[in-house]
Amino acid sequence: MERPLTITEKIILNHTNQDDVSPGDIVNAKIDIALGNDITAPIAIKEFEAIGMKTVFDRQKIALVPDHFVPNKDILSAKQAKMLREFAKTHDIKYYFECGEAGVEHALLPEKGIVLPGDLVIGADSHTCTYGALGAFATGVGSTDLAYVFAFGELWLKIPKSIKVVFTGKPGKWVSGKDLVLYLIGQIGVEGANYMALEFSGDTFKYLGMADRFTIANMAIEAGAKSGIFEPDEITEDYVEKRAKRDYVFYRSDEGAKYAKVLNFNTETINPQVAFPHLPENSVDINEASAKDIKIDQSVIGSCTNGRIEDLRIAAQILKGKKIAKYTRLIVIPATNEVYKMAEKEGLIDIFMDAGGVVSTPTCGPCLGGYMGILADGERAISSTNRNFKGRMGDVTSEVYLANPAVCAASIILGKIASPEEVM
Amino acid sequence: MIFKGKVFKFGDNIDTDAIIPARYLNDSSDENLKKHCMEDADPKFSSNVSKGDFIVAGNNFGCGSSREHAPRAIKISGVPVVIAKSFARIFYRNSFNIGLFILEADTDGIDNGDTLEVNTENGTIKNLTKNTVINAKPIPEFMSELVSAGGLMEYAKKKVKEGGLG
Ligand code: SF4
Repeated sequence: MERPLTITEKIILNHTNQDDVSPGDIVNAKIDIALGNDITAPIAIKEFEAIGMKTVFDRQKIALVPDHFVPNKDILSAKQAKMLREFAKTHDIKYYFECGEAGVEHALLPEKGIVLPGDLVIGADSHTCTYGALGAFATGVGSTDLAYVFAFGELWLKIPKSIKVVFTGKPGKWVSGKDLVLYLIGQIGVEGANYMALEFSGDTFKYLGMADRFTIANMAIEAGAKSGIFEPDEITEDYVEKRAKRDYVFYRSDEGAKYAKVLNFNTETINPQVAFPHLPENSVDINEASAKDIKIDQSVIGSCTNGRIEDLRIAAQILKGKKIAKYTRLIVIPATNEVYKMAEKEGLIDIFMDAGGVVSTPTCGPCLGGYMGILADGERAISSTNRNFKGRMGDVTSEVYLANPAVCAASIILGKIASPEEVM
Repeated sequence: MIFKGKVFKFGDNIDTDAIIPARYLNDSSDENLKKHCMEDADPKFSSNVSKGDFIVAGNNFGCGSSREHAPRAIKISGVPVVIAKSFARIFYRNSFNIGLFILEADTDGIDNGDTLEVNTENGTIKNLTKNTVINAKPIPEFMSELVSAGGLMEYAKKKVKEGGLG
């Protein structure tokens, strides 16, 4: 009888030429898709060229997405984006996207069916773990790793232990994937899953859509995890079947597979969460946060965490016919051009603009303090992004509070951290 | 290898935005990374650090982004070894890949300004100021091989030459 395996162990094993793997083993794994962006790929390209490589391992398995500083914010960032473009031309890279067809990488790749269930994906970006939502093993690495994969199509990986996280019960009205993952990080801490895979399951996910799974897997890294993963099901199939242009595999964990820990949460007792500065683990129930009367200068709705159409719909539902507070800013950034176009068609862009907000072309922008909404000293933002480290969105004395798009919308209407209930 | 130098001490959860803020990531040149290294954790770091000094920290050093600019900035600043109670995963990986030594050890007894003598081979950390010795967790064999080769790409070059890859 073969040893029962977790979904993570199975996917990695099937990308090696070994017969068995155990947590802690270092293996060489074949890569299905390797991703780089305008910050990380330039270093990878330099490293790749420095060792005298002339050809990439497979032009169809590389994705280059300029998204952090595009449309370019200055000359230096334009030079970085140019490096990607030149490299893409030279090697005829299949998945290269100019800003008019792109968006934030982790929203874009699943949307275009480039990453699929059962894949082994590495990306020189920590939020590569997002694709675990599809039932793929996906993890963030550095630029040198990416260079190595460009050259050889494989990479050393340590087999992670897994933590199983089970959410049971129906989520409340304003509770989304963002709240479940912020709650989880609050419970286990920013180091709580260091080096491990988080495997999510439970009947709660029957009530939520793919967008919520992407948000949750996206923030696995915020608990230090190597990856986050969901077993694929009908909801996955529904999302993937119309996008995939190649075969994919649904893996599941075996009965009796070993977990480092199993964590059970009752979703019915979880309210929307707000993570206070300066760590994602500082999550607090929205009612408690609202009672503190925390004034807000800016609200950001976007990013690879919560910039999908579902996120914009819920924000628009709250902002419809209302105005944002005086002396505040609302910045909405659809994560991809497809999301932007849908939002336009559905009338969401009008709602945001009529409320007094601005809508930006897809970009990472303020999420990493790049541009398009940088905070001055002492300013406070509520944001649907994933990190609230010191100085993440601007001056070191500015503050970022993380929340779901509904809370971000409600808060900017009142100019203070607020629950959607308070404005609806 | 044995290194001797002064300690720059930091706390827990020093994230990659503190090591090299994203606002400077439109430029990956050595000068730029060096100039802004550790800026949001200690604005004076880049002017005070000398070649051979150590960064010592608490838990979860290097959490956050995958940006390799972070360990690179540290290495370019002349810091040969980072010692912390624990490291975030991608930072750990990146450091070995670019040939920066990192050691996991109980750093409570090390203070800012202490002088250390660090042996990366056996993981012994001598605190010359306090006259104490701490032992770091051994580095996995594959990782030492990487650092000794000068990082992942040098290791790759060697392999290509030997005909094992490519
Ligand atoms: S949106 Fe933010 S977290 Fe996501 S890839 Fe861009 S900078 Fe990183």
